[in-house]
Amino acid sequence: MNHALDLLIGLVMGLNLLALGSGRLPSLIRAVSLQGVALGVMPLLMEPEVRWHVALVALATVTGKGLVIPALLRRAMRTANIDREILPFVGFVPSLLLGAGGTIAAMVLAHELPLLPEQTGSLIVPGALASIFTGFLLLIGRSKAIAQVSGYLILENGIYLFGLLLIHAMPLMVEAGILLDLTVGVFIFGIIVDRIQREFDSIDTRKLTTLRE
Amino acid sequence: MREALLIIVPLAAALLAAVWPSERTRAWLMPATGVIHVVLAFWLLFEPPVVALHGWLGFDPLARAVLPMVSVLFLACAAYGVSYLRLRVERPNRVFVASFLLLLGLLSAAHQARHLGVLWIATEGLTLAAVPLLHFNGSGRSIEATWKYLLVGGTGIALSLLGSFCLGYASLHGGGGGDLTFAALTAQGAGLSRPWVLTAWVLLLVGYGTKMGLAPMHTWKPDAYGEAPSIVGALLAGGVTTVAFTAILRVRAVVSAAGEGAIADRTLLVVGLFSMVVAALFLLATRDFKRMLAYSSVEHMGILSIGAAFGAVGVWAALFHVWNNSLTKGALFLSAGNIRRAAGARTTDQVRGMSLLTPRSAAIFVTGMFAVTAMPPFGPFFSELKLVRAGLERGQVVSIVLFLVCLLLAFFGLTRLVFAIVDGRPRAASKANSARFSETPGVIGPPLVLLVFSLWLGLGTPAVLLEAWSAAVAQLYPAP
Repeated sequence: MNHALDLLIGLVMGLNLLALGSGRLPSLIRAVSLQGVALGVMPLLMEPEVRWHVALVALATVTGKGLVIPALLRRAMRTANIDREILPFVGFVPSLLLGAGGTIAAMVLAHELPLLPEQTGSLIVPGALASIFTGFLLLIGRSKAIAQVSGYLILENGIYLFGLLLIHAMPLMVEAGILLDLTVGVFIFGIIVDRIQREFDSIDTRKLTTLRE
Repeated sequence: MREALLIIVPLAAALLAAVWPSERTRAWLMPATGVIHVVLAFWLLFEPPVVALHGWLGFDPLARAVLPMVSVLFLACAAYGVSYLRLRVERPNRVFVASFLLLLGLLSAAHQARHLGVLWIATEGLTLAAVPLLHFNGSGRSIEATWKYLLVGGTGIALSLLGSFCLGYASLHGGGGGDLTFAALTAQGAGLSRPWVLTAWVLLLVGYGTKMGLAPMHTWKPDAYGEAPSIVGALLAGGVTTVAFTAILRVRAVVSAAGEGAIADRTLLVVGLFSMVVAALFLLATRDFKRMLAYSSVEHMGILSIGAAFGAVGVWAALFHVWNNSLTKGALFLSAGNIRRAAGARTTDQVRGMSLLTPRSAAIFVTGMFAVTAMPPFGPFFSELKLVRAGLERGQVVSIVLFLVCLLLAFFGLTRLVFAIVDGRPRAASKANSARFSETPGVIGPPLVLLVFSLWLGLGTPAVLLEAWSAAVAQLYPAP
């Protein structure tokens, strides 16, 4: 169908695997940031002619997901002055294998789902499912707060990718609201990471174990 | 216009609080806004406005059936908050007051949302606005609780966004325009693509169920409610959860219009019963009386979910129970806050004999405990009775038996813990600590008013509320 679009989604899926294999925070953040830029460009490729509101969403996404949020994460990482090893609960090789398996499963599952004829061949749905799976894997499998936030971002990227199916139906106000909420959300995540760092002198969430039954 | 003011007034007050110069007088913005909000909400309750069918926001019957209660609860919490913040002068309250008011504005918006996207934006906003409130105490424990709340709540809310997209795609795939207003989705009804509707239902139930605190997505709740100031716990347990519940009701109506209502009801029943079982077991085990309130909240969310599974009569009982649970929980949280402050601790190992140190709060706490465990003549008894009858009418005998067993276990758990705290001789540490906190009218009045309200709902439910709940049920179950 749309070759440029599918190429970008392929890039996003590759970045998922890169994120799963990253042993250090800066490379993980870079993967997330690149993914954000790729996602931001996609709406432009889906339209035969570029309308201003689509361009606006694209611009906001590239700035938000590609620049602002990664910058916030880098800042949190620098002020926390932490060693940048990621310390996984689930090792890198098992993560990668799981990620690859998840991507294949996403391709198979998307094939089974009923899609509109113009979207049947597209990688949108498998890409979305694979990213959501990767996000969950990082959320569960990493112990550093920043790595978990990156996982959350990849999860959100997957949902955004799925949202592209609705790009013609969704009013601009709603899109803008969703984007704003997500950005503020990550900003607040950043603040809390900072608080964790100050209180516990570490952003290793394994230290957060006081509250339990 | 009045219904828009419900949202605009608190948001404007939040802005005002953010720039208000005086630390001491800023807290008064909360009850002032609360009074305006209550007046508006009750005016709208008695004289409902005309709702534009395809509008994104509107004071529809479902909003009318729940929002006035949120308003009352907020006013009680705000009134208590003035006294509370005076006790906590060591902490700056600018962010706290502004976020608290923002929470009210977003609660009003979320209850009035008639568009899936707007509903999601408001709910996500609520989740984020609660963050500064949760770690107001600034301790390591409160930050840990906030982190868990953000991760679990954020994931839940992300899944509900995915669910909203799936429902939109169900409309597109079924040949519709992908309009995400509930009215348009319901109108498309059987034209929605079934597999996508079911996917959306699962995701939205998990997503909004996380916000509501249904098991097994409840894990953030004990930590957050345990560490948050009691007015925040009260507003989260009695206000934010109701948003998630009405969201599930609205989505269920769409799923039902698409012809999958039976499956939706079955999942609601299973999730509700599971929540009750989990909550009852943890209530028997926990030693911390603020975490106890969180598990009690999980239990009551289970009750609401079961009510939603029992058709029109069940939903009516659930809406009645929303009022009862929120008002009683409010009284419990606020009185528990008094006890916690005076005792300086929160577990049965360290706290006892509080009926001697804080007699009034202890009396409210014990009475509230009986109210929340459905002791007549308090409101919860009547709503749960109604729910049991709705279940028996539908022939769900096994579920009802399990429901009653869980209620009994929860009763054991709650009485065990509450009396361990209230009875006996106070510890020396508590005695010394409680001398610093007297039971002023400012901290006794609000929980007492909420408790009296709950009693009133049981003794003689006002006719206007009965009519409002019936109208909401008619909105969710339109006559064929």
